[in-house]
Amino acid sequence: MLAWTVYITFLGVLVLMLLPNGNAAAARKVALTTALTGLLVALVGFFNFEKGEILTVTKAKWIPALGLEYHLAVDGISLTLVMLTGLAAVGGILFSWNIEHRAKEFFAFYLALIGGVYGVFLSFDLFLLFVFYEIAIVPKYFLIAIWGSTRKEYGAMKLALYSFIGSAMVLIGLIAAYVVSGGHTMNLLELAQYPFPHSFQMWAFPLVFVGFAILAGMWPFHTWAPTGHVAAPTAASMLLAGVVMKLGAYGCLRVAMTLFPEGLEHWKMWIAGLAVIGIVYGALVALVQKDFKFVVGYSSVSHMGFVMLGLATLNTIGLSGAVLQMFSHGIIAGLLFAVVGRMVYERTHTREFATLEGMNLVKAMPFAAVTFVIAGAASMGLPGFSGFIAELQVIIGAWQAFPTLAVITGVGIVIGVAYTLRAMQKSFFGESLTANNSHSDEEHLHEEQEDGGSISVPERIGAVLLIGVSLLVGLYPRILLDVITPSLNSPLFDWVKKGGGQ
Amino acid sequence: MNYLELLTVAAPETIVVLTALAVLAVDLTSMRDVETRIRMIVGGLVASAGCAGGILWLLVNATTVDALNGMLVMNPVTQIVKICLLGLTIFTVLISLEAKFTNHVGEFLALLLLATAGMMFLVSAEDLLMIFIALEVTSLSLYILTAFNKRNIKSAEAALKYFLFGGMAAAFMLFGLSLIYGLTGATNLHAVAAALAGKGLDPLLLVAMVMTVMGFGFKVAAVPFHLWAPDAYEGAPTQSAAFIASGSKLASFFIFAKVMMIGFAGVEGSGAFRDFMVGWTPVLAVLAALSMLLGNLVAIVQSSVKRLLAYSAIAHAGYMLLGVLAHDKQAVVSVIYYAATYALATIGAFGVVSLVEEQTGSDRLSSFAGFCKRAPMAAFAMMIFLLSLAGIPPLAGFFGKFYLFAVALKSGAPQLGLLWLLILAIAMSAVSFYYYLKVLKAVYVQPEPAEQSRASVPQATQVILLVLAVVIIVLGCFPNLLVGPLEHALTPVSH
Repeated sequence: MLAWTVYITFLGVLVLMLLPNGNAAAARKVALTTALTGLLVALVGFFNFEKGEILTVTKAKWIPALGLEYHLAVDGISLTLVMLTGLAAVGGILFSWNIEHRAKEFFAFYLALIGGVYGVFLSFDLFLLFVFYEIAIVPKYFLIAIWGSTRKEYGAMKLALYSFIGSAMVLIGLIAAYVVSGGHTMNLLELAQYPFPHSFQMWAFPLVFVGFAILAGMWPFHTWAPTGHVAAPTAASMLLAGVVMKLGAYGCLRVAMTLFPEGLEHWKMWIAGLAVIGIVYGALVALVQKDFKFVVGYSSVSHMGFVMLGLATLNTIGLSGAVLQMFSHGIIAGLLFAVVGRMVYERTHTREFATLEGMNLVKAMPFAAVTFVIAGAASMGLPGFSGFIAELQVIIGAWQAFPTLAVITGVGIVIGVAYTLRAMQKSFFGESLTANNSHSDEEHLHEEQEDGGSISVPERIGAVLLIGVSLLVGLYPRILLDVITPSLNSPLFDWVKKGGGQ
Repeated sequence: MNYLELLTVAAPETIVVLTALAVLAVDLTSMRDVETRIRMIVGGLVASAGCAGGILWLLVNATTVDALNGMLVMNPVTQIVKICLLGLTIFTVLISLEAKFTNHVGEFLALLLLATAGMMFLVSAEDLLMIFIALEVTSLSLYILTAFNKRNIKSAEAALKYFLFGGMAAAFMLFGLSLIYGLTGATNLHAVAAALAGKGLDPLLLVAMVMTVMGFGFKVAAVPFHLWAPDAYEGAPTQSAAFIASGSKLASFFIFAKVMMIGFAGVEGSGAFRDFMVGWTPVLAVLAALSMLLGNLVAIVQSSVKRLLAYSAIAHAGYMLLGVLAHDKQAVVSVIYYAATYALATIGAFGVVSLVEEQTGSDRLSSFAGFCKRAPMAAFAMMIFLLSLAGIPPLAGFFGKFYLFAVALKSGAPQLGLLWLLILAIAMSAVSFYYYLKVLKAVYVQPEPAEQSRASVPQATQVILLVLAVVIIVLGCFPNLLVGPLEHALTPVSH
């Protein structure tokens, strides 16, 4: 059943390619239908899922000569992220409803990216996982380079090369693991049971982990993230922050950490250290940005730090917090980028705080202001939103594993509150310095709105959808935790019981 | 064995040679006054039909024969390789249908077919003499094909360069082969291996080995014997360049692997890091490393797409050498798979380049700007070809790389002695991604230069390119289509 998320999405790509040129409306509809169907399949899969098991979706011989299989399966972690992908896909399309320039190609690349992401979350054969992982690289480049803004070609190339270098590191590790284990299988469940030699794990673990962590935006390999996010068109930055960074984190958890537990044990302090640096550094840099979108970009780096920290804790609460944070950040970052990139930038054509301050945006676009206030509150971890539960769990986990780092993380949270409030104040609630200036700016804005229009219906639906999900998970986190936590008891995570929680 | 039996064994080659004569005859007798385009289409169809006939014969009459003590060997493996070669020739002919660089249609197609026949003999040969002769038959046709654009001085220059380098390489190879004969008194590869067995490495054998490797290194354009490649690819008519880079690569790599793995069995040595042992694998390891490094790094700065493809061809030769030096059954499969799929992607890429050249008169990167507007199908096909060359899944190039690298690493297991080559190869693939993406950026991202009238792109060629792209996608998604039969073919034969 869940395999259809992948098939339907690629079918959508095919249909889009066959559409006649220049019919943007049809392209939009096809894309939205595809994404909605994908989400629906994911939801059905979610409600039919029995907790705690690894459910094989499809398993067939693929390349018998090498022992490679076409093996799709889900556990609670994959399922959560598949849901996230479905939501982000629908949200992204709603927020790119106004794309007219080469719309057909835009949505084709967009859906190809989504299809790859679904595939990664569902693959339990490492070769297959890697195939889907790389499928996601190329569409990103074109999405940014063709439809982006602000140094788009530079940002796109930087992102593509960082991703490709990361995946090259992963590939070296995977081929080496494949050969060392005898070269019979790439099945994750079987390789996870194989006792790799200690000396091998010592170098293979950091190689594969960092390879994936580049995409997760781990400090100091995060520099693609702000540039890429800023250059990308709204839907692409929503996807980048929403699901692509999760690909990296998911790879760390699913591949690097399950295959090489001894390497993990040895390197976990390093990971935790880098994660905490990422949290604090990302927050500090976000605090001084002049560009609205860069604030959100760096906040992503900071929030992904929580995911990495949660992974490094190696205890159940920290790990489930990390997975929940992946979900939560996917939703909230998507929402933030939607406000900044779509609602504000496409109507004011600026993201500079200095200019925005004078525009008195709260009057001009109240809906955007309210959305941003809610999203900001969720982002800084106010109780009631998904971010709160996730970060709380990560910090509890970190407290058990590395108390000192947990304290520093607390500092990061405080800075998080500061930069969010600052961005909020400067963008929407700026007091105009001179009345004249603001007046003309407001007029200018009204002129813009003649053609840009007020916040459109698809945007409102998208915003409500994402806020609703964040609230739902925040108020009733068990809906996801009941699925995530039992998965951590599967044989894949034996090392949690053995080594975690000290 | 009488002549009729021999003719049956060599039937596919005979069909191809007869087709070559037929194409010449048809073109020279009845088509003199007809428009070039029509002549090309008629000739092309005859040539394709001949190749298809050869494929059909190979599919129906699968035999295992060793005629004249290794002069002409037919077995399931050579059968598959020959089918691939004929397929590549068909595609080369098809992308040449709209070519305008020559009026000598019959001669062009006949030479393509004769070169193909040479390659087919090459694939079947297990005897040093026959290998040399077949190699020369192929090369001579290729030299002429390179020079075929008589209106372009660069074409002549390229051919002369190719010819001089090729002649020298042939001399080296012949020297190496005669030393081998002197050492062993045999020309059959198995007999050579038997005579060398247990003797160890004497200096003369070392010289012979290095000379032979140099000869083949030239054929496959491995560094440092690559100097002819960029000029030949750039100067030659694009269709000829496509042929040199595709079919000839596949045949050369197959025979290279055969000579090394069969003839020099027992003196492999080891290319493992900090554990070098004299033999032919460390020689190949060095060639592979140099080719990957130089090919990929120099390709970055090219502004002519044909030169870029030439340097990338050098890099790909480096990857394939990894497979050869792994020298086991899976290595043979992986090299054939990689060479065949690489050849398909290269033909396609050159096909697109020739379209751009026809339109804009140059193969500069800037001529590709806005190509996706002018020819959406060909642009999509170009994306598939280049991403396959870069090794992006789910295209054939990715599985090819994965297979080659896994096989190479396995050959040094369990100490992972060849890890250094693997790391180099994958790092260099990342580099190659950059320059392929640069071409795609021109095709998809950069807007068309304003107000330049462009000739329309022929639909037929676009469709052919699209078919090629689909073949690459299918082979990438279902590699077993090629790997399965090859595995099966190799199982009973002891290589």
